[in-house]
Amino acid sequence: MLQTPPSNQLGTFAVLYRILARDILVAMRRQSDVAAVLFFFIIAASLFPLGSGADPKLLSAMAPSVLWVTALLSCMLSLSRLFASDFSDGTLEQMVISSQPLILIVVAKVVAHWVLSGLPLVLVAPLIGLQFNMDATGLQVLALSLLIGTLALSLIGSVGAALTLGLRGTGVLIAILVLPLYIPVLVFGAGAVTAVSIGMSPQGALSLLGAILALSLVFAPLAASAALKVALE
Amino acid sequence: MDIVKSKSGINWLKYASPKTFYPLAGQLIPWFSVGAAVLIVYGLYLGLLVAPTDFQQGEGYRIIFVHVPAAWFSMFLYLLMAGYAILGLVLNAKLSHMMAKSIAPTGAMFTLVALVTGSFWGKPMWGAWWVWDARLTSELILLFLYIGYFSLQSAIDDTNRADKASAILAIVGAVNVPIIYFSVKWWNTLHQGASISLTKAPAMAAIMLKGMLIMALGFWLYSIAVILARVRCEIMERDSKAALFRQDI
Repeated sequence: MLQTPPSNQLGTFAVLYRILARDILVAMRRQSDVAAVLFFFIIAASLFPLGSGADPKLLSAMAPSVLWVTALLSCMLSLSRLFASDFSDGTLEQMVISSQPLILIVVAKVVAHWVLSGLPLVLVAPLIGLQFNMDATGLQVLALSLLIGTLALSLIGSVGAALTLGLRGTGVLIAILVLPLYIPVLVFGAGAVTAVSIGMSPQGALSLLGAILALSLVFAPLAASAALKVALE
Repeated sequence: MDIVKSKSGINWLKYASPKTFYPLAGQLIPWFSVGAAVLIVYGLYLGLLVAPTDFQQGEGYRIIFVHVPAAWFSMFLYLLMAGYAILGLVLNAKLSHMMAKSIAPTGAMFTLVALVTGSFWGKPMWGAWWVWDARLTSELILLFLYIGYFSLQSAIDDTNRADKASAILAIVGAVNVPIIYFSVKWWNTLHQGASISLTKAPAMAAIMLKGMLIMALGFWLYSIAVILARVRCEIMERDSKAALFRQDI
């Protein structure tokens, strides 16, 4: 094993920060991509009242599931971008053979993906929640559950994105692979919001959501980097 | 070599090579097929004719002799598939990947059988073809996981990558199966309350249990026979030029 010169040695956080900053910078050069995911979320969520009628009671009962499912679908839609552009221009190959651990690089890329596609949803979701006649506590829990949940979605989704890298018909394939794995996040995320809307404590569901986040933070980058190595073999 | 030799002096690892496994599987298939046929016929005889009519559920309950073993095997085969996937990744053994790939269709078939027989049972008992019961829902999600496995496998042309990528997916799925099961159970209690649930059956008659276990054993032998046949096809497909197959083709 060759030792890299000391000048190239970067600490864990330096690697995380540099890749994060780079990915966000690259995305900011094409802001419409970031905005598109957000608009998909807003448009898709607005379709439900049009389909079901505008009864405020019905809307507030539907709100947790509608907002969570649309948030989940918007997260999923942007997954194919996670590694695709770096894969097509060869950057990903350099990342795999670099002296930095691949898992660290994957974590940084996933966090960047979350900042670009998950975080905007967290910020916009309460506004859409208002349209669905949700009350203040409901909106708070919605934002909190999405804050925890979308990061878990990005992590789990990275495995699907890595497995399908460079394959034909990637979009539908990612959906089939990833949606069944998203179910626990959906159950506890929407469950927390539903619980608070019927006067129960959302604590339990939020804690379990946090547990899923912790588990996926450990295992998802491991599986995703193994899948990336398979894809680049 | 001493390590791999068992007490009986047979070198079991020899059969990890497709070349030696192919004829062995060919010899084993008839035995397992006959065993499966005998056990399934005997199990159905016990279940449909010998077992007494249920006090509460009438004759309709008899579908459990197919339903319950099918549900067991749908889950067991997924875990077995993930086990072979791990072996394949760790040992880089082609045969393990072929085994995992060959297990998947049988597992998916049992999942489908469990779902369909479950809805046949649900119509007279619950009055509905489908109920969002925790067990039904997690069985449905298991079917989705199998479908994901097939889709990934068929989307990748390169055999080596298809093997490894679907192995990773199978392992990720297996880790998720218990999480999904408990989340669905939790979701079910939150949403449904005390509407309809699978009521605990009163202590099962010994003859019913016997019929079910024999059916399960029959399904097991059937799975082995079918999976071995599928592995043989897989070996042949991947290496059709090998001299080994000249007599078969």
